[in-house]
Amino acid sequence: MVKVYISSVIDAPAGRVWVHIRDFNGLPSWVPVVADSRIEGGVPADKVGCIRNFNLKDGGNLREQLLALSDYDYSFTYNILVSPMGVQNYVATLKLTPITDGDRTFAEWTAEFDCEAGREQELTNEIGNNVFQAAFDNLKKQLGGR
Amino acid sequence: MPTVFRSTIIDAPIETVWSWLRDFNGHERWHPAVEESHIEGVRAADQVGAVRTFRLATGAQLREQLLRLSDRDRSFTYCILDSPIPLIGYVASVTLKRVTDGNRTFWNWHSTFSTPPGLEPALERLVGEEIYERGFAAIRALASARMPEPVSVPPRARFALRTTAGSIRCSAVAIDGYGGPDVLKTREIEVPPPGPGEVRVRHTAIGVNYIDINIRAGHYSQFTVPLTPGVEAAGEVVDVGEGVVGILPGDRVGYAALPPGAYCQYRNMAADRLVVLPASVTDEAAAALLLKGMTAEYLLRRAHRVRRGDFVLIHSAAGATGLLLCQWAKHLGASVIGTVSSEAKARIAREHGCEYPIVHTREDFVRQVRSITGGHGADVVFDGVGRDTLTKSLEALALRGHLVSYGQSSGSAESIDIAVLTPKSARLSRPVLFHYIADPAELRASAQRVFDLLARGVLKASVNHRHALAEAAQAHRDLEARRTSGATVLTP
Repeated sequence: MVKVYISSVIDAPAGRVWVHIRDFNGLPSWVPVVADSRIEGGVPADKVGCIRNFNLKDGGNLREQLLALSDYDYSFTYNILVSPMGVQNYVATLKLTPITDGDRTFAEWTAEFDCEAGREQELTNEIGNNVFQAAFDNLKKQLGGR
Repeated sequence: MPTVFRSTIIDAPIETVWSWLRDFNGHERWHPAVEESHIEGVRAADQVGAVRTFRLATGAQLREQLLRLSDRDRSFTYCILDSPIPLIGYVASVTLKRVTDGNRTFWNWHSTFSTPPGLEPALERLVGEEIYERGFAAIRALASARMPEPVSVPPRARFALRTTAGSIRCSAVAIDGYGGPDVLKTREIEVPPPGPGEVRVRHTAIGVNYIDINIRAGHYSQFTVPLTPGVEAAGEVVDVGEGVVGILPGDRVGYAALPPGAYCQYRNMAADRLVVLPASVTDEAAAALLLKGMTAEYLLRRAHRVRRGDFVLIHSAAGATGLLLCQWAKHLGASVIGTVSSEAKARIAREHGCEYPIVHTREDFVRQVRSITGGHGADVVFDGVGRDTLTKSLEALALRGHLVSYGQSSGSAESIDIAVLTPKSARLSRPVLFHYIADPAELRASAQRVFDLLARGVLKASVNHRHALAEAAQAHRDLEARRTSGATVLTP
């Protein structure tokens, strides 16, 4: 099992960050690698169990299912059903925690998965830096500075 | 049921922050509200079930028990067992998380408790602000003191921090032979770029201490002439040497350290001896206060532990160190008795928390101490005078009292037969500041306590005498003639 953990500080209140990222169908608006997204079967994007089907800017297609969503904890958990990355048993959680000192946000994104032996480093870098950290950096640009 | 939740970001790696917070008894070193703390019985501080008994600055006594400690989650949970503050069923957790983006630390402090009706807002504020937020501020200050940890720095980072300026010519006051104030002479010196582990500092204020006089007079044979006196100063970092991390050119720093060499405009110092100054402390206050303040800290809290209600006798109570000892001892709840040489100095001492000043030129202090304490005597005597007072200080002690001889402004004492301790089961110690701040972490913690009490107004930096660096000899004459009160600072 490979584990990726990326955390960051966004200079905006947690409630505001949460509104910005809560939409399970909203990846294109804040995750730079994502080109477009739709929810399968036309169900609401906050219905736990819904599936998002989205394309990456480099052409890959993914299907991910919402496993948990909490407006109380500011967190969601999802898994990958189909992806070109070659990962199995992929489950990820994104969670926001308020930083009372300065009314900022502590953002954590964790992923666990299995993969072919030898690809751990490559996938950790791909997911951790190119997806998670890039998305956090983008949030800082979009929401920071108040 | 009230819930208090506070969180912050500390600009230090999680391993560093966890090393500070993990020690269940460590809060006395870093939390400004905690005056003293110990673990009950024979348990270790990281033993789940350990109970810490501690006293707040307000005098309140609390007991708390460690319920959970996880090095994996970098988290612990504890509860209050006894408290005069009605926090009923108080359970709190501290959790650290790594901020991978920038290698910082997220710190979450969370508790639930109940209170008597109507007290919720006041107690939520007390816990959230006085305990959690003040704790955050103290750890933030520790992290911003940014003393270099022994870490390996990649060559590029090291290069980025180095500058390649050449030697700097400047003036210094030095001695070629031991003697009176007249041996102090101004001369030109050359200060080379900082070596590995060193920082080049441009002094803005230099402290004058009695140890400078003792070194000048040749009382310490380990410091051979020619030498530049001075063990305390503040200033600005000019450049840093190889392997120094965490201190940058432009940082405001202070130090109180051996070997001597502070009477000059520029100097290279070992980086691990420097304390980065908080914005609330001026350069002059740091130069005036760091050595004397840390002396007061280690004497009252570590060489001896002054407790509420103790009778404390402080010699030279109106001297620079004496005034700090008076203020701090009073803050700890002691009854402060001080000896001074004149009525004017008695007034100054009284203004600084000395409840019972004794003019020793007019009255016998042993008899006075006996009468002030109702025959009990002093629980502890802080004696920086030495030869002239030591024997009588012993006489002024209570049964099982402690005579702390921390200096010798009148010369070193005759040898003492330990049999003189027997009649009172007395304790005699001869501590030296530098042994109590040799560990960089202890140095930081000691300086931090001084800065904190300064910011709170408990300590006042009384800089009453200022001289140009070239007038160092006059500063020494005044100090030796006991014409000063409060601190003396040289301006380079």
